[in-house]
Amino acid sequence: MSSGSRLAEPDTPLDPAVPAAGTEASCGHPDGVHATARIRATYNGRVTTLPQLRSDGPFHLRRMRTGGRAATVGIIGAMSAPLGGDRLALDITAEDRAELEVTTAAATLALRGPTTAPATYDVRLTAGEHACLRWLPQPLISAAGSNLRQTCTVNLAATSRLLLREEQILGRADEEPGHLVSRIRVHHAGRLLLDQHTAYGDPAPGWDGPSVLDGHRAVGQLLVVKPDLDVSRAPVLLREGIKDGCAVLAPLAGGPALLATAVAPASSALRELLDEALGHALATAGR
Amino acid sequence: MSPAALLLLADGRFPAGGHAHSGGVEAAVAHKAVHDINSLEAFCRGRLHTTGLTTAGLAAAAAAGCDPLMLDDAADARTPVPALRAVARKLGRQMMRAARATFPSAELDRLAAERPRGAHQPIVQGIAARAAGLTPEDAACAAAYEAVGGPATAAVRLLSLDPLAASWLLARLSTEADAVAANAAGAAARVKTEGLDALPSASSPLLDITAEQHAAWTVRLFAS
Amino acid sequence: MHLDHPVTMPHRHTYSAEPLRADGSLRAFRVGLGGPVGSGKTASVAALCRTLRDRLSLAVVTNDIYTREDAEFLLREAVLPPERITAVETGACPHTAIRDDISANLEAVEHFDQTLDPLDLVLVESGGDNLTATFSKGLVDVQIFVIDVSSGDDIPRKGGPGITNADLLVVNKTDLAPHVGADLATMAADAERQRGALPVVFTSLTSDDGIREIADWITGHLTRWRAKAAA
Repeated sequence: MSSGSRLAEPDTPLDPAVPAAGTEASCGHPDGVHATARIRATYNGRVTTLPQLRSDGPFHLRRMRTGGRAATVGIIGAMSAPLGGDRLALDITAEDRAELEVTTAAATLALRGPTTAPATYDVRLTAGEHACLRWLPQPLISAAGSNLRQTCTVNLAATSRLLLREEQILGRADEEPGHLVSRIRVHHAGRLLLDQHTAYGDPAPGWDGPSVLDGHRAVGQLLVVKPDLDVSRAPVLLREGIKDGCAVLAPLAGGPALLATAVAPASSALRELLDEALGHALATAGR
Repeated sequence: MSPAALLLLADGRFPAGGHAHSGGVEAAVAHKAVHDINSLEAFCRGRLHTTGLTTAGLAAAAAAGCDPLMLDDAADARTPVPALRAVARKLGRQMMRAARATFPSAELDRLAAERPRGAHQPIVQGIAARAAGLTPEDAACAAAYEAVGGPATAAVRLLSLDPLAASWLLARLSTEADAVAANAAGAAARVKTEGLDALPSASSPLLDITAEQHAAWTVRLFAS
Repeated sequence: MHLDHPVTMPHRHTYSAEPLRADGSLRAFRVGLGGPVGSGKTASVAALCRTLRDRLSLAVVTNDIYTREDAEFLLREAVLPPERITAVETGACPHTAIRDDISANLEAVEHFDQTLDPLDLVLVESGGDNLTATFSKGLVDVQIFVIDVSSGDDIPRKGGPGITNADLLVVNKTDLAPHVGADLATMAADAERQRGALPVVFTSLTSDDGIREIADWITGHLTRWRAKAAA
């Protein structure tokens, strides 16, 4: 990482939904990496172009070769991140009628780093009218001793389409996970569609019990938002038990959206569940 | 505030329909994830810090006088599966009936007229608390306690657990429940300056998934 | 319970058993059927539906131990169309749902009141529980307690709230009395001692028209209840 002298800092609140008084703005570390990468896609009447493609810190952005009118951007990790104290942000915008897919080349590994201070990783996704945005990163791995607060803030115009997949792997093979706190907020046509907050790994209370993860180490979501989505149908259940992983695909209340929620013992089973859920979601949508 | 009013509102015998709901524990018992007092305690602790915190925040905000219709939308956004939205609204209707009969209030009447199919239960509970002269933290406390009391009672029936051990479990969780209620009330107090985003949205993947599984069963003892 | 704002206190409503709905129209008459497991409650409900459905607009709420067993039976027997049968879940405590916390049952009967028009009669069947289970007066207008001779002819003597206070006591399966050694005369005497003037019907639902007396009792009450509500 960029700095060799990371100083200890008092713990910041564990839960962004309930910050302790007076400590709200103190996350990040003076010597951590502060980086904001930006992607802006526009539609020029023929194809999607990328007038802004700004790499920063650990995010090296690369335009991938694609056919058709869509643009695809790959994010390549230029350094190990996030480490404790880092403040990372990704700003991704598909303007009106643009069609943009963003992926990451490899899993994102949250590590402890030289400080136990939390790192922050904020992803902001914006899609304009008739735009199509696909955010399909590789999993985020919460390694032992890491401390990461992640947010994903999505703003969607009424006629936009979104496909979002988030996967979290709690600990590398046979290690306890770090502390991973995430909040996702999705607005559609100005209305709140989804607001969810999760906290896994010690010292989050109760996270591994039978009402939250029950020993599973891979958890993920897939969100499909599409103006013409048929959300009147019954939820789809994947797998009957819970031991080998399970998922549900169900409509949200506030807009044309389907959300799949899945838990699994490991990443491969999780991806299988989410892929299956995607198949159901697209079948529902009638493409 | 009246401590007796809080006891009445939080009493498991308050006739608001809660006795027929297991808070997800029936599904967890079927999956053998809850099978004894220790696994029940882990279940309750997880539920307290996820659903419990979120509902306590909504109840506190309603008790503090936030617009109940906006809170109802916020509750929808925090409840991603239809089975739990349906349960929350059904229990909201039942809570509304009991609350209007017990703590008559124009605010309850107004919400009942505006949401005839039911508002999310913690919002009704918060307005009932308000009508009873209770504080937002009282409302949060009632919601947080209910988040663990319901599953504990249901598990006693489902697994024939020792009710004394279950009571002890609830006593062990009481400090955490108080802390959750205090957090929730603190968040509700920040709504004025930060908007509804200040409210907790803590969630649990397994409660969502297994609630839909449970709703699809043809044979079950509890409604949720 | 002290309230700080007595001046603005709205009129206290009850939200359960008033005969008139908000718009001033008369709701359906509600009859509860309780009694121990196996005494013939569901068979009584089925027979009542067959007997009364041509004369009255009917609906049934069941309170099963397991979700929908009794409702499924009634659906299979096709005694009423599916939209007139619903099941209430009771969280393993059927007596709580009809007596202590009646909110789910009130929801169910009110749903019928709103969706079925006209609606004359709702039968609310309790889950097979024990001799102490009775219906709240906030839920039903009258209640019937069903026992049978094969469970022992000493049941009326033992009493209990259902035996003692139900508006009608039905002793079912009288055709089995000789086979199980039940003494109907003793049962009748014990019932009278427990119940005073409250009526008792001895019947066998398997016989032709075994339900007639119960059906007549219900329609009689329905007529009087309507007359009283209209007055």
